[in-house]
Amino acid sequence: MATDARRAVEAVWRIESARLIAGLARMVRDVGLAEELAQDALVSALAQWPEHGVPRNPGAWLMTAAKNRAVDLIRRDRNYRRKLEQIGRDTEFDHAPDAAAEVGEIDDDLLRLVFTACHPVLSTEAQVALTLRVLGGLTTDEIARAFLVPEATVAQRIVRAKKSLAKAGVPFEVPEEDQRAARLASVLGVIYLIFNEGYSATAGDDWMRPALCEDAVRLGRVLAGLMPREPEVHGLVALMEVQASRARARVGPGGEPVLLLEQNRARWDQLLIRRGLDALARAESLGGAGGPYALQAAIAACHARARAPEDTDWTRIAGLYERLSLVAPSPVVELNHAVAIGMAFGPAVGLELVDELVDEPVLTGYHLLPSVRGDLLAKLGRHAEAREEFERAAGLTRNERERKLLLDRAAAC
Amino acid sequence: MRFMVIVKANEDTEAGTQPTAAELEAMGAFNEELVKAGVLLAGEGLHPSSKGARVYFSGDKRTVVDGPFAETKELIAGFWLLELKSLEEAVEWVKRVPNPTGDESQIEIRQVFTEDDFVNASDELKDRERELRAQQEARAAQG
Repeated sequence: MATDARRAVEAVWRIESARLIAGLARMVRDVGLAEELAQDALVSALAQWPEHGVPRNPGAWLMTAAKNRAVDLIRRDRNYRRKLEQIGRDTEFDHAPDAAAEVGEIDDDLLRLVFTACHPVLSTEAQVALTLRVLGGLTTDEIARAFLVPEATVAQRIVRAKKSLAKAGVPFEVPEEDQRAARLASVLGVIYLIFNEGYSATAGDDWMRPALCEDAVRLGRVLAGLMPREPEVHGLVALMEVQASRARARVGPGGEPVLLLEQNRARWDQLLIRRGLDALARAESLGGAGGPYALQAAIAACHARARAPEDTDWTRIAGLYERLSLVAPSPVVELNHAVAIGMAFGPAVGLELVDELVDEPVLTGYHLLPSVRGDLLAKLGRHAEAREEFERAAGLTRNERERKLLLDRAAAC
Repeated sequence: MRFMVIVKANEDTEAGTQPTAAELEAMGAFNEELVKAGVLLAGEGLHPSSKGARVYFSGDKRTVVDGPFAETKELIAGFWLLELKSLEEAVEWVKRVPNPTGDESQIEIRQVFTEDDFVNASDELKDRERELRAQQEARAAQG
């Protein structure tokens, strides 16, 4: 019975924690402190709910418990009181959030929390950990397991992140108009990074960690609800939904990776594809067809619409990559562009483009370059060179599953 | 994990009684909360069983019976498809479904099978199933 109650508390936490932390952060003007107050409330809940049952309005219960802790703290801590007075906050909490807070108010708080957790003063690792923690409702242990690092490491990152925010005096607010685009890009980048870590695990034995993908997609959907007029948010959601639709087809019976063109398309999740296409249509209707995420989503959508690999509109995909290389230039985009060109106009043309990238410093050590090159060489019948490239790629990847796949391809040359 | 949250029918839903403005508003707000939390994959309300039909199977025989169907309590009036971490989380969400009229009603929560749950299904069989589903979806998309 006690474990059931515990699981109920955890479920409530997952649903309520982001709103709770956001509301508290507005009150105490400090995300780190807000997160600690919320944790304290969680500890109280774990102590009381198993005995008295889950309250009728668990969110309000947690908020009240956390607010009481905050009031205690302010009474006890003169320095903190002074700090609040300095920034002109009353210490009476007249404007404290409560369960009856306006929906719009809660959304504003959540948006502030999003931008704070992804603030540029933080390292990428800190942004990721803090975002999953305060917005995703994940425990330190869950984050640690998702990223295959010790729990202490994640705890440390979160502590440091809170300190960095406090030290830099990062205000709890949504960035001004002139900063907004750049700051939004960093928020989207953090969420997509989380998704990718789940989608193509960079290290370890698993090819995918689906739970992390689900968390990232959920965060993306939350963001789309908070910023419905931002086309790139819908573009990112579209991209993640369509990519997530392939999750089951990307893993073979032995857990090995299955590449896009070899996937059994009947295994793609049609519900997620439809959601992705809807989100892409929203991005486009908001005038955002040319944004970097919307373009990537449009590419993913081309694959999703093709019933069989040979139905893929590679010419359109090549065109989309060309547009993408203008708005978000990177050697990796160039590499993908070369692949699409190779598919549309033949491997010789693709190889020419890839060869131009061989000396790109950014791509040094990037296993996909030799892997793509090997593929094009194999298609051209240059098997000995192809084998070398596949072997080189196998030596570069950090993912065990992928290494095996590449060595198999080398052996098949 | 995916959960299907099944709203059971009652006399009102079977009679095709339109929900009041207050009910619609409360349900709309709840749906919006599910969307905002990023957990709602799909959800629909169903017409009464009087607009439906059943097909009974017995060996090679197929017998079609038009609605309405008698056992109101066993019928369903709508569903949500949610993506959540646990059954407990589904329970917490369902407790929040509004009930502005205070009527007696019932909501059932069931976990959706994913193909990973069919340990004995051969790959070929799973592929057939997905293929069929894809065809249905494609038809639905055209229709």
